[in-house]
Amino acid sequence: MSSNTTDNTGYKSYLEEDGGRKGIFKWILSTDHKRIGLLYLYAMMGWFCIGVVLGLLMKLELIAPGKTLMEAQAYNATFTVHGVIMIFLIVIPGLPAVFGNFMLPIQIGAKDVAFPRLNLFSWYIYILGGILVIISLFGNGPPDTGWTFYAPYSFKTGTNMLPAALGAFVLGFSSILTGLNFIVTIHRMRAPGMTWFKMPLFTWTLYGTAWIQLLATPIIGITLLMVAGERILGIGFFDPAKGGDPLLYQHLFWIYSHPAVYIMILPAMGVISEIIPTFAKKTIFGYKAIVLSTLAIAFVGYFVWGHHMYTSGMSGTALWAFSLLTFIVAIPSAIKVFNWISTMHKGSISTEVPFLWAASFIFIFMIGGLTGLVLGSLATNVHVHDTAFVVAHFHFIVFGGVGFAFFGAIHYWFPKMFGRKYDPSWARTGWITFFIGFVTLYGPMFYLGVKGMPRRYYDYLDEFHGPNIISTMGALIMVTGFLIILVNLIKSARHGEKTTEMNPWGGTNLEWQVPTPPPLENFDEIPVIDKAPYKYD
Amino acid sequence: MTETIAHHDEHRDDEASKLGIWLFIFTELLLFGGLFVTYAVYRHAHPQAFHMAAQQLDVVIGTINTVILLISSMTIAMATTAIQKKDKRTTLILIVITLVLALVFLINKYFEWGAKIDHGIYPGSPLLEELGSGDTLFFGLYFFMTGLHALHIIIGMVLIAVILVRVRKGKITFDNFQLLENGGLYWHLVDLIWIFLFPLLYLIT
Ligand code: HEM
Ligand SMILES: [Cu+2]
Repeated sequence: MSSNTTDNTGYKSYLEEDGGRKGIFKWILSTDHKRIGLLYLYAMMGWFCIGVVLGLLMKLELIAPGKTLMEAQAYNATFTVHGVIMIFLIVIPGLPAVFGNFMLPIQIGAKDVAFPRLNLFSWYIYILGGILVIISLFGNGPPDTGWTFYAPYSFKTGTNMLPAALGAFVLGFSSILTGLNFIVTIHRMRAPGMTWFKMPLFTWTLYGTAWIQLLATPIIGITLLMVAGERILGIGFFDPAKGGDPLLYQHLFWIYSHPAVYIMILPAMGVISEIIPTFAKKTIFGYKAIVLSTLAIAFVGYFVWGHHMYTSGMSGTALWAFSLLTFIVAIPSAIKVFNWISTMHKGSISTEVPFLWAASFIFIFMIGGLTGLVLGSLATNVHVHDTAFVVAHFHFIVFGGVGFAFFGAIHYWFPKMFGRKYDPSWARTGWITFFIGFVTLYGPMFYLGVKGMPRRYYDYLDEFHGPNIISTMGALIMVTGFLIILVNLIKSARHGEKTTEMNPWGGTNLEWQVPTPPPLENFDEIPVIDKAPYKYD
Repeated sequence: MTETIAHHDEHRDDEASKLGIWLFIFTELLLFGGLFVTYAVYRHAHPQAFHMAAQQLDVVIGTINTVILLISSMTIAMATTAIQKKDKRTTLILIVITLVLALVFLINKYFEWGAKIDHGIYPGSPLLEELGSGDTLFFGLYFFMTGLHALHIIIGMVLIAVILVRVRKGKITFDNFQLLENGGLYWHLVDLIWIFLFPLLYLIT
């Protein structure tokens, strides 16, 4: 493996190795972790397009007060389905399912994950969950509860929310099995010499994420089952009329759903920790600090769920305890930001496309994190709770975080995955358009929230009109950027210039030492690892 | 791993699959954990009603079922030992006994539930509404928890039935019995959950 390109004679990449199957069966019956990663990618791309259209529809509705496009009920359904798709079908599986599947085994020098068939099975469960979500759109009409399915409305609404909740339950199953697979893979299949502290950081964050997937997801599972019992049998757990407690629902929901935001963001941090050193040509600053802060986030993240419920009714003690813990959990995230910036300091930075995404990630993520602290402190939270401010906050964090990292990841690993190059100038145009659109779209919502515009309404007072126009313009710009990126990537994946260059960016991890695109089982010979990651001589 | 070297035609890692099943067991415990939390909250809110309602449950059937599950856990564990001694016949017998015990458990449960429903006690029933929130919540939890547990019994039975077939076909052998051991672990989990449910619902009054 001394030359930087692959010798083509007789070489078969995973894309050519079809296991004797034809057409679509090459994909949907393959247990190759790389093909499964791409299966997730394609499914998610479809969902994402639907989610974006729904988001855009909401923004168009909000371009002026009163009814513009749709009535209140249609708007309620739109934000619910938008939320369900974006959260359960995209950002929660997101990076682990696509890039984790593709890269994790390669990064640790393994031929596949520990349970390849279970891995394919997880994808089928994912698809089943998606089908349930689609079913919820028919019958009595799409659900209108919000993706949070809060009781008691979730069992009172006449809309078809049950399939959507069951869809979320099933998707949780897929998430659990993927996490389980990754934990076992990392424990059992690291190449000789790859000690824990020689593992790439993306793998580390997948490891932390996998534990959260495993330990938090069952709670939402049982909670959604209880809601189903409520709807079908009228069992009474969350029904105040029968002595049940809707607040208990909120607790159980957030016991999962706050850790879930770390399922989303940890792998994103891992991607950024891969991209920054590669393009700064410098060893990552504070490798161990990043690892430990990852684990700290995964752990402390379990104990802050109450910050979603400051105004729901909790004891004063619970309030300040949750607030304190929320502040504590922000520390390890901030540590990572310092790590990334210190890595860039005095590096020889090349501003290739993946780096642009990573750098803008840091910017966006900081805004999201700092506004999280505004939400985390009690007094300010009461003022902005359930306003557009919250929507802006979590879009900066979740969309800005996971979305920017996802685009960074795909532009980083694209040549490796597809064996083709993309057009960098279109990619840059797409990035800057997207970035400008993003800030214009969500920036004004902070202001609107502080001024008191509530979230989840199709209508608003006249005084909020101006910033809403700007915000909708931002949405149009951002979607334009997204289309540029999407078209560029799809075109490049099909017709882009072929490449067999093993290491186009000068990365140090194992994925850059296997042929492009990788062969079926990644390695002819399992490598022996003898040096720490991210070493540039 | 010595086993992996012995079988290099296929990739096999018994440690990995054992780790996998343990992790899965954690998730199952957490699934029921959500219900235990709910139970704790409502017991705290309605101590008197829970006290009275628990006395309505049939401790005798509950005890019998507990013993049945404990024995079935023992038989499946013994099956794992028997297969390692290359005693296929005993293995098969023990697995069948396990399955029969599981079935008896379900039959008992069926009659227990039936009796309650005959008395007008089931989720959403008018009688419960009359009795008030404490009873509604207690019996809601009773049906939900034992129902979910029964579902796990059924899943466990399917798993054990698959294992039975594989032992018969000689796919599970003295040097390749990880599936049997994992099935046993899962069965112990089902048992363990019952060990929690039994005192919470039947004994603490
Ligand atoms: C610096 C760290 C963070 C802090 C202090 C923080 C704080 C908060 C608080 C207090 C709320 C509740 C606001 C309210 O409803 O009144 C909230 C909402 C939310 N946060 Fe964060 N957050 C942080 C990071 C994250 C991350 C990393 C993610 C995901 C990747 C995230 C996703 C969300 C989401 C989705 C919501 C909205 C939930 C809903 O629909 O009500 N946050 N955040
Ligand atoms: Cu939270």
